[in-house]
Amino acid sequence: MSEKNHEDLGRALRNALPPMGQAELQRDLWPHLLRRLEERPGRVPWFDWALIALVALWALLSPQMIPILLYHL
Amino acid sequence: MELLERFAAGDVEAFETLFRQYQGEVYGWIVRIVRNPAAAEDLTVETFWRVYRAHARFRPDGSFGAWARRIATNAAYDHLRRSRHELQLRDDYADSEHPDPAVRREAGQRIARAFGELPVRLRAAATLALIEEEPYERIAEGLGISVGGVKSRVWRAVRLLRKSLKGVSVEP
Repeated sequence: MSEKNHEDLGRALRNALPPMGQAELQRDLWPHLLRRLEERPGRVPWFDWALIALVALWALLSPQMIPILLYHL
Repeated sequence: MELLERFAAGDVEAFETLFRQYQGEVYGWIVRIVRNPAAAEDLTVETFWRVYRAHARFRPDGSFGAWARRIATNAAYDHLRRSRHELQLRDDYADSEHPDPAVRREAGQRIARAFGELPVRLRAAATLALIEEEPYERIAEGLGISVGGVKSRVWRAVRLLRKSLKGVSVEP
């Protein structure tokens, strides 16, 4: 496939999809980044808390099952 | 301690200085790949968030700009995978000798659609090489591959485009 073929296709592409060229950033993004950096990492979903509560309740009601649970972990 | 060494050690002030120095360059790189200014702003924030998280892996004797551009490329790939076929055709498309504007527009839409269906890595290389006309060396540095690798991706993209445009008789 020749350079000429690339040029022809490139011209057709540039006509269909205009080059962005030297597009410039219109605003300072530091405040957005700062917010992102300050976000709490990895919030625990509610169903994980529900599962933990369920396991704790089960352990409280059937303490004899704790060794079996530990064995399976 | 030098700025890059302070950044590598996790100094937020050094990171802010680097961010202010490079945010325009990283945005410019991303917008040329994803072709959407609003998405490029979000991806610039995403890129620098990844940059900060990876500060310990940065080697202060290397180029911060090139490293940030490679991280930006990966963020842009992720975006292109999520929004594969969203390409905006230019309003004044006229690259056809056909006298009917509707036919010309249809041809342009088919080219844009075929381009949007390319695998993201080929699409990014072809966008930068064929549409933005970036030097191959700069593309290679930003994509984290060799110049030969860029040429290979562009060649494969051109082959796929010609194949998909053959059946619809809008071959450029």
